[in-house]
Amino acid sequence: MIGVLVVSHSRKAAEGIGDIAREMGGDARIEAVGGDPDGGIGTSVDDIRDALSRLADGTDGVVVLADLGSAVMNAEIAVEAADEDVECVVVDAPILEGALNAAVAASSPNASLETVERAAAEAAEHATGT
Amino acid sequence: MASRETEREAILEAVDRIAARIESEKQHLADLDSAIGDADHGANLDRGFQAVVEKIEQKDDAETQELVKTAGMALISKVGGASGPLYGGSCMHASQELEDGITAETTVAFAEAYLEKLRDRGGAEVGDKTMVDALTPAVHTYKKSIEVDELPPLEALAKAVDAAERGVEFTVPLKAAKGRASYLGWRSVGHQDPGATSTLLILEELLATAQVYLDGNVDVTAASPTIPDEDVENQGE
Repeated sequence: MIGVLVVSHSRKAAEGIGDIAREMGGDARIEAVGGDPDGGIGTSVDDIRDALSRLADGTDGVVVLADLGSAVMNAEIAVEAADEDVECVVVDAPILEGALNAAVAASSPNASLETVERAAAEAAEHATGT
Repeated sequence: MASRETEREAILEAVDRIAARIESEKQHLADLDSAIGDADHGANLDRGFQAVVEKIEQKDDAETQELVKTAGMALISKVGGASGPLYGGSCMHASQELEDGITAETTVAFAEAYLEKLRDRGGAEVGDKTMVDALTPAVHTYKKSIEVDELPPLEALAKAVDAAERGVEFTVPLKAAKGRASYLGWRSVGHQDPGATSTLLILEELLATAQVYLDGNVDVTAASPTIPDEDVENQGE
């Protein structure tokens, strides 16, 4: 099984995007984190790392979707520092469409890190309608 | 530089000074950031450097390299915005160059590794209206001053700070190409970049620390890692 992690500057946005992805993604393992270490707008590397280790437990890899610049950078740092036992990848994709596509792909019995990552990346095409 | 203990004192003094300076200029950084960003640069850095001071104080038996790495990790954990991975990640990466402690050679290597990681992680080049605009001329000036002009490190650092200051001024007329400010497009023109500004503040405090430890007039073993309160109050005026 492949896990999906949603990282937004806003905890509410992350949870909302997680809810939408869960609606389509069935049984996929989806976690959502957001907010800076004080709960304001931003991201916390420690929160991202905690979510990664929760997802790493029982999955074969984690695909991470992040919203704006610093969320992407903090997600990359958390992935670099993550347990080497599980493969994690940050995908360059629109966060909502990417999370939704990744969740659907992750719910497939044949899902691999590559198929879920590709599905998330392809979401950019849906986002712009091209 | 001399003993491990002296280096530790210098690092403590540097982080104390930087944390105090960032705290006193928190509002200034917030004002700069509110013009072209999300107004949180001052608060984020303040939270980060308070954590750095706390973590470093706890490490009373660590080598220089470990102390600098710890500072980077604290920034990564506590900042919450882009300056966390940019300042903290670069600091952690560059700390590898300080295996032999703080010397003219290792500080040049540190500065270069820091800049390289910063550009790599943030994807910004000179002219994008970011901290890279202050740091790039500073690092190039420092390296040239040490390696080509063979200036003493203190003089080289002073020249680097001058270069960073010009870099900060250079950001004012630019149109932002990276970070949150880039969403504003032309509206970002005419505003000084907050990241370049905080980079300059940090370099100024490193220079102030170097002046204590490298001018030869101070008995380094007697130097206190804590700056007097009146110095803190006078900063930012």
